[in-house]
Amino acid sequence: MMMRRIIYAHPALSFVVTLLVLWQIVYWLVGPNALLPPVETVVYLARLLQTARFWGHISETGTAFVVALAISVVAGLATGLALGMNRTMAEVFEPFLLAGNSVPKIALYPIVLLIFGIGMPAKIAFGAIHGVVPVAIFTLAACNNVPRILLRAASTMQLTRWDMIRSVLLPAALPDIFSGIRIGFSLTLIGTILGEMFGSQRGLGYLLMTAIGLHNVQVIMSVTLLLVLVAATANTVLLQQDRRLRNPGGTSFQKPD
Amino acid sequence: MRIVFYRLVAVFLPLTLLEILCREHVIKPLILPPPSRMLLGLWAVIANGAFNAAIVKTLANVGLAIVLAVVVGIAAGAAIHRSRPLRTLLEPLFSTYYAIPIYAFYPLFIVVFGLGDTPQVLIGFMLAVVSMIVSTLAGLDSVPAVLGKTARVMQLGAVETVRSVTMPYAAPYLFTGVKLAIAYAFIGVIGAEFIMSGTGLGYEIRFAYDNLDNDVMYPLILLILLIAVAVNMSLDHWDRALRSRRERG
Amino acid sequence: MPRCNTNFGKWALVVRQPPIHVSLRGVTKEYESKLGRTHALGPIDIDLRRSEFFAAVGPSGCGKSTLLDVIAALVPPSAGLVTFEGQPIGNTVPDGIGVVFQENACFPWLNVADNITFGLRRQPVERSEVERRLQDALQLMGLQDFARAFPAQLSGGMRQRVCIARTLLMQPRLILLDEPFGALDQQTRLLMGDELLRIWRATGATVLLITHALDEAAMLADRVAVMSARPGKILEVIETGWPRERDSQIVSVPEFGAITARLWTLLRAQSMQALRPEPV
Repeated sequence: MMMRRIIYAHPALSFVVTLLVLWQIVYWLVGPNALLPPVETVVYLARLLQTARFWGHISETGTAFVVALAISVVAGLATGLALGMNRTMAEVFEPFLLAGNSVPKIALYPIVLLIFGIGMPAKIAFGAIHGVVPVAIFTLAACNNVPRILLRAASTMQLTRWDMIRSVLLPAALPDIFSGIRIGFSLTLIGTILGEMFGSQRGLGYLLMTAIGLHNVQVIMSVTLLLVLVAATANTVLLQQDRRLRNPGGTSFQKPD
Repeated sequence: MRIVFYRLVAVFLPLTLLEILCREHVIKPLILPPPSRMLLGLWAVIANGAFNAAIVKTLANVGLAIVLAVVVGIAAGAAIHRSRPLRTLLEPLFSTYYAIPIYAFYPLFIVVFGLGDTPQVLIGFMLAVVSMIVSTLAGLDSVPAVLGKTARVMQLGAVETVRSVTMPYAAPYLFTGVKLAIAYAFIGVIGAEFIMSGTGLGYEIRFAYDNLDNDVMYPLILLILLIAVAVNMSLDHWDRALRSRRERG
Repeated sequence: MPRCNTNFGKWALVVRQPPIHVSLRGVTKEYESKLGRTHALGPIDIDLRRSEFFAAVGPSGCGKSTLLDVIAALVPPSAGLVTFEGQPIGNTVPDGIGVVFQENACFPWLNVADNITFGLRRQPVERSEVERRLQDALQLMGLQDFARAFPAQLSGGMRQRVCIARTLLMQPRLILLDEPFGALDQQTRLLMGDELLRIWRATGATVLLITHALDEAAMLADRVAVMSARPGKILEVIETGWPRERDSQIVSVPEFGAITARLWTLLRAQSMQALRPEPV
């Protein structure tokens, strides 16, 4: 079938087109009181992006996100590596890490608000809480999954302990660590937006929350679209880098002539 | 055994420290009451029964989201597994799905479905179903192709094939999928209740926060945390038990 | 001292014995585990002579790999003494020893050239010298066209050549190989065996080869030690008496058949014992 070939040739594009078609159909079913069709949403978003005030909200969210991400990555790496070096501590703390992953962190939100008050610090804290756990978990797993043979081989080459960590352990663990950072990226974004939904007077999350209250379908849809686009693009880019790390040099090798 | 000891220390040392700091008012009671008070409050909340309705509502919604996610997830996973074009089409979805803030769709659901239970269950379902689908696909992938052919040669019926060929391979993956679905359903439903809802534990916490009612809020938070941790730990334990039995047997 | 009585030396030249390079006295290894103490190896008493090609064969689980680990200082012996070039071996791998493992030990994030120069780059050696040795190694191992390739793109045999090249670059005086060709098919094994002989002659290093393949040991080595089932002790050391200039075509020589037959006779009983399940 023709459609099959198109799908195989351009999977991502086909997927996006399918989504747009479904979106349009749902709009026809549900009506303009609940949804905006794709074209109108893009138009409205474009208009928003031309206002300085919208960019003010974007930069607010963006700043909080970047800081939260930095904290997540640094704290997550530090935790994961520290536990990765020490078998006993790793065993002791692993269930705590896993528990931290499966707990609905939004339940902690009031505590964060009480500690940090309303504003940027609360948002950053909430984003960081969401992001640090996967980074730590993946980094720990990465250290544990380094093939023993690589460490054995390196030990026959007179490396200092520090050199061993820097030139063998870390490069070997990097693909899995990067996967953790990729997931931490997405979750930090989600956490930051969630944080903004209550504890803030600015930012995309705040916009979303007010739009819900005012039943402003256009704003709801445009902001959602923006968030989805940013998250999806970032994730795809990171995913490509992830694949490149796991497969250095590609799958086939061309002999030089 | 040393490990268990360290874990106990890791839990009780910070708690004791917190207790001391709270009692000495280094940490103001308006921000964080002492852990002992939180625990007593938890006991009171449970004994009181005033929040039983909320607890039941939340657990019911979570349960519904889980059941829907597992059933739809396995069915969809099986269907997608059979159709290569469908699978290729949906692949981008699976790799990007959990990066997307699903909560952003919550307002849409409220607008479409109104302020009942549906939006919460739907969010929980949406978060959980994709991990179930992905796990089902992984499980079905793990069945060696040669066994499918063997089953056909032996003329096993569909039910028998699933029972004796597919399930032994797919079962661990399905179990992982269910574990993830349960965790996500909790996160989704309680988060949605918190953001905008009139019932359920999430709402009660929000209400207590708005009214500066720490004596209710903290015990409820603690309750949710304990339920989530208990459910996930017992699932993990079960998973490990099944796995080791599989390895030995 | 084990009986060095089996000498197939039609070609054995009567020369002064070369000096001792590695010496083991009373070396044993025991492991502690949940099931108690396992006596894995020994006691072993053996000497490796300078520039000789020494092979050790034995049934599975007899501790051949442990023997190599102990000599390389990767694992400390429970008892006994190992000396390398007259010095007792400590906790770290001494300078001058190179090890090639059975499993693929190529660093997947580095290309072939970087893998090969990994060890040497860490030593105080001139960049130009490193480059020169790299080119020599690439030539020797037939990897010239693949310097920029990554291990994932190479076959198992080529990856092992990269690992051997990496070890060679540091110009070890003692080369330890732990079943290096175990994962390769028979033809590749034979070719690699020839390559190993070439390297051995070119470098003048002492080689210790651990293998379970009798024909490989018989064809490549000057002396072959036969080990017993666990706990591994040396039952006998067979002198093959081959000339230094040899290659895999030695298999057609009648003495080869006699040597492999003798090895199998010794090993057969040991292997059957190894296959019997351990009493719990």
